[in-house]
Amino acid sequence: MLKHSRLSLRQREALTGYLYISPWIVGFLIFTIGPMFASLYYSFTDYDIISPPVWNNFANYKKIFSGIFEALITHDSSKLGDPIFWQSLKVTLTYAVLALPLGLIVGFFLAVLLNQKIPFVNLWRTIYFLPSVIAGVAVALLWGRIFNPRVGILNPIIEAVLHVKGPGWLADPKWAVPSLVIMGLWGVGGGMIIYLAGLQGVPTDFYDAAKVDGANLYQRFIHITLPMMTPVIFYNLVLGMIGTFQYFTEVYVITNGQGGPVRSTLFYNLYLYQNAFRYNHMGYAATMAWILFIIVLVLTLLVFRSSEVWVYYEGELRGRE
Amino acid sequence: MAATNRTSPYRPLALGNRAQEFLIKLSANLLLAGGAVAIIIPFLFMLSLALKDATQIRSDPLSIIPRSPITAEVNGEKLPLYEVAIDGTKHQMALLKNAPGKKGVFVDPADPDQTYTFLLADQKPLYHIDIHLENFREALTSQPFGKYFLNTMTITFVGGFGMLLSCTFVAYGFSRFRARWLDVLFLLLLSTIMLPSQVRLIPIYVLFQKIGWIDTLLPLIVPAFFANAYDVFMLRQFFKTIPFELDDAAKIDGASSIQTMVYVMLPQARPAILAVAIFHFLYAWNDFYEPLIFLHSQKNWTMAVGLQTFNALYAINTHLIMAASIVMIIPPIVLFFMAQKVFTQGVVFRGFKG
Repeated sequence: MLKHSRLSLRQREALTGYLYISPWIVGFLIFTIGPMFASLYYSFTDYDIISPPVWNNFANYKKIFSGIFEALITHDSSKLGDPIFWQSLKVTLTYAVLALPLGLIVGFFLAVLLNQKIPFVNLWRTIYFLPSVIAGVAVALLWGRIFNPRVGILNPIIEAVLHVKGPGWLADPKWAVPSLVIMGLWGVGGGMIIYLAGLQGVPTDFYDAAKVDGANLYQRFIHITLPMMTPVIFYNLVLGMIGTFQYFTEVYVITNGQGGPVRSTLFYNLYLYQNAFRYNHMGYAATMAWILFIIVLVLTLLVFRSSEVWVYYEGELRGRE
Repeated sequence: MAATNRTSPYRPLALGNRAQEFLIKLSANLLLAGGAVAIIIPFLFMLSLALKDATQIRSDPLSIIPRSPITAEVNGEKLPLYEVAIDGTKHQMALLKNAPGKKGVFVDPADPDQTYTFLLADQKPLYHIDIHLENFREALTSQPFGKYFLNTMTITFVGGFGMLLSCTFVAYGFSRFRARWLDVLFLLLLSTIMLPSQVRLIPIYVLFQKIGWIDTLLPLIVPAFFANAYDVFMLRQFFKTIPFELDDAAKIDGASSIQTMVYVMLPQARPAILAVAIFHFLYAWNDFYEPLIFLHSQKNWTMAVGLQTFNALYAINTHLIMAASIVMIIPPIVLFFMAQKVFTQGVVFRGFKG
């Protein structure tokens, strides 16, 4: 195919390499880079998709950012250009602050427990991983029923065990986001399985050597398991953070796309969707998408920066591809 | 047991240490078992809801086993039967009516003229198992789930084929060739994992609208043919573990690079390709966001969109919604159990570290 005698072996190898990855390059141009620039342009326009976009300078950005200081000083959200935008950011951050650490810790400890030599270990792993296989609409529909005060089982169980009346869960604006966190915890097996793979990669020699030195269970955990697992924790943290900002399906299904009650579950991505596909405010949605992109970028960079302090790369790992 | 834990802080006895570790492990595993129960209960609840009828869901929400009260006919009226204890012997009696003071008026169906009054809480209502398998038929026929299933399968398999084809080529390119920009491009590819898809969504929607692809399956299938970062990364990490000597041997035998890929790499990379294919299936099967955006008319909906709409319209029919939900989760669960090793042994995720 590439038998031009003028090309050196080196050049031929490079050309063949580029040829193999060309499907991705084409896709990257059409489905990533091109759309990114286009949406940056749309973010400065009024665009209802029917008529062509109209440049409106920074009107979309102004709408979002105007009145922040007044609102901060007076604690009056009605001073904001778009209070709903900030509400959706607040909902998303609340969920992130609750769900991310909880998911990381629970997933990690489950993986540590499931990495032991215990009877039926594969059965346990299967049970814990199963919910993440079916993630999506069916899970949201099921949990909508579990939390339901009329037909659900959660409140009867709480009343039977703790002898207190359970909250309104998804129907209560104060409890709606925590309910979603609990629901998300059911799918913790997805992160767990990645930790488990990491744990299986920790050389057993380390533990044997530590045992010879007299280290107990706790010391072995703190000085071997935890440092060796920091790269995986880091990986799960970054991907979990990005995933949280894209949270959509569960809340769309449970609230029929409304984000209720009283916008208590109006996640960022849901509000973006509403703007784009319900109100046809494509320009404004593009602005939201770019702000989302920048938030995620900054947070990711911060986590990457911090990783120099807490992520431990074993020499051997760093050298490896 | 506890006494052996009290060892000298200066020189812990080997036995004390071991007993302590045993206790820690025991309690940890009890916790593990408790968590497993918490994971399973929602599944049981789902199955239970799908097998009950609306009355059972309303009147008997806590019973996992679908059941209905046994009734007896007394004077032409159907009354619920109770097991009533009188002087230590048990009798089956029908509840005629409630009486003040949380009591009930019971009658013996064989002798309906004499009534007895007992505290209601002391008597045991009698149930028989009452399973409503017809929920599944009713749920699946009330919406065109067959069409939804076909659409989902088309997207999943045609898209999956495109993903495997393109990702294999791209991963091979990234793992086996030396070129100036390949490393940079690979980093660029990886960075797209962190790119929120929303930032590309609107122009892509506009593009698909201009070429008339909105409300067709094409927007959900065609992009898969242009590779994606996750799958390329996984395959490439696996390809890297295949010794270069095999390539060299093939090259010496006169194989072209395509032949090397097909006959040398692919047979070796079977576990990774299988894993990537399974993950794609799960992703495409469960995906809701993109089908919701790109598919508008009912005949084009996927299972996920169809199920969500079914719930939006008939949320009150919990038993039917849960029956349809079970049908939706069966394919991923069957696939999961067929390919269990891929998940639980963690083979696939090895590539992620380092």
